[in-house]
Amino acid sequence: MSTDPHVSTPLKARDHARAQASTVVRAMPTIPASTAKDLPAGVTAQDVVWDETLDAGDYCARILKAGTRLRLTNLEGDACANLLAYNADRPIERINVADTIKVQWNAYLGKGKLILSDMGRVLLSIIEDTCGNHDTICGPSTEKSNARKFGHGENYSPYPNARDRFLLGLLKFGLGKKDIAPNINLFKGVRVGEGGGLQFIPRSSKPGDYVELRAEMNVLIVVANTPHVLDPRTKYTCTPVRLTAYRGPATAQDDPIRVATPESARAFQNTDDYFLS
Amino acid sequence: MTMTMPIEPSAIEGKVVLDHVIPSRAPWSGVVKKGQILRIVDLEGNQSGDCILYNAANPEERYSAAQTMVAQKNIFLALGTNLMSNEGNVMMVVTADTLGRHDTIGGACSCESNTLRYGHHTKHQHACTENFLYELGQHVMGKRDMTSNINWFMNVPVEADGTLGIVDGISAPGKYVDLLAEMDTLVVISNCPQINNPCNGFNPTPLRVIVTEPRG
Ligand SMILES: [Zn+2]
Repeated sequence: MSTDPHVSTPLKARDHARAQASTVVRAMPTIPASTAKDLPAGVTAQDVVWDETLDAGDYCARILKAGTRLRLTNLEGDACANLLAYNADRPIERINVADTIKVQWNAYLGKGKLILSDMGRVLLSIIEDTCGNHDTICGPSTEKSNARKFGHGENYSPYPNARDRFLLGLLKFGLGKKDIAPNINLFKGVRVGEGGGLQFIPRSSKPGDYVELRAEMNVLIVVANTPHVLDPRTKYTCTPVRLTAYRGPATAQDDPIRVATPESARAFQNTDDYFLS
Repeated sequence: MTMTMPIEPSAIEGKVVLDHVIPSRAPWSGVVKKGQILRIVDLEGNQSGDCILYNAANPEERYSAAQTMVAQKNIFLALGTNLMSNEGNVMMVVTADTLGRHDTIGGACSCESNTLRYGHHTKHQHACTENFLYELGQHVMGKRDMTSNINWFMNVPVEADGTLGIVDGISAPGKYVDLLAEMDTLVVISNCPQINNPCNGFNPTPLRVIVTEPRG
């Protein structure tokens, strides 16, 4: 039982609580977002709509309005941004990783690629990518996979797993376990070798690498920053990822990503068509 | 080409508890109880059998392609593969495979993705996702229950730079896989109706499913 004289009465407890509020830690949201510092070149403070840093094990869920750009920055080079995406207006429509790689005839993500929904439409375009090593195959870590590596993997443990972090983000939007679709992982690369073997790329990224996503409809994204399931290190290692979102123009009819391939053109046509009626 | 003889029930060990031909383009679902073996036979060759697994007692537990691939550090399903659930449990084990490798990254064809892959004219062609949704509807499930799937007998190579595609099959008439259930498993199969790529040799044909259990 606390006998600390400073919080022995409600008013002292109030003062004690209020005195904490100016604390700054490295992983927290910038509120208001327009006070965010170190913005991408050309981005003005008034256009910033969200700025938040996730440390190892942290997660967030947020709606990006169509046209919003989201820059994910791998501040120290060792983050793993597990990502899920949904049509925010109708979340029964969600990311489809198999369609994403099959329609674009390639298993790997990078600048110029689309992240497709299961309804043949574009959720997100990758408009910048300085890293080039991402994963479309391995999915999230789980309580069991973390327990095998770190001794514990429960959500409340020091080693939370990506799947539970996804679940919490989804629950806050009224969604649940069934909505944890196959996902992608940014900044940790996995390659398919001869004979189908999976190869984890140990140093996939460097400090300051970033991926910039453009929302092509109103998109709910859920991001968990947790060690990759194939990362062999037995110490829970994951450095902070910064998420900075800002307003941008709608995707033009002659946008280079839109017109890059016949498949991308039709994916954007389907997305345009969806907004007509 | 050597033609493999069709599998006769008499050639199967154990007691046959179900023997069903899935017509071309049709769905099928059934519960394979723990200890039973499901054999899926590619009757006429190069016919993709799209497949999702659910824990029959708790369908929120379901097949996870990611966990299956991570567990064996390989994208191809073959003899010995443990088919893993999203909860990290083994649902079924591949105990026989006369083909050698099967796909689990290619997903299921859908009306919507067909429009991206082949053109808007394919919007109203039948597709695996239609089969899956229909069959899930019979089990009081729906679109939220769609997840990653297996494509038995389908060939999706990945090249060094990540290039991938559904290419000519390596299956043949009579090729089969045996799946031993490690839990009571609701198996949902779409006999793929796709006609725009080689996954069915551009000609969808029947599959046969046979469930057996140990005698005595
Ligand atoms: Zn199909």
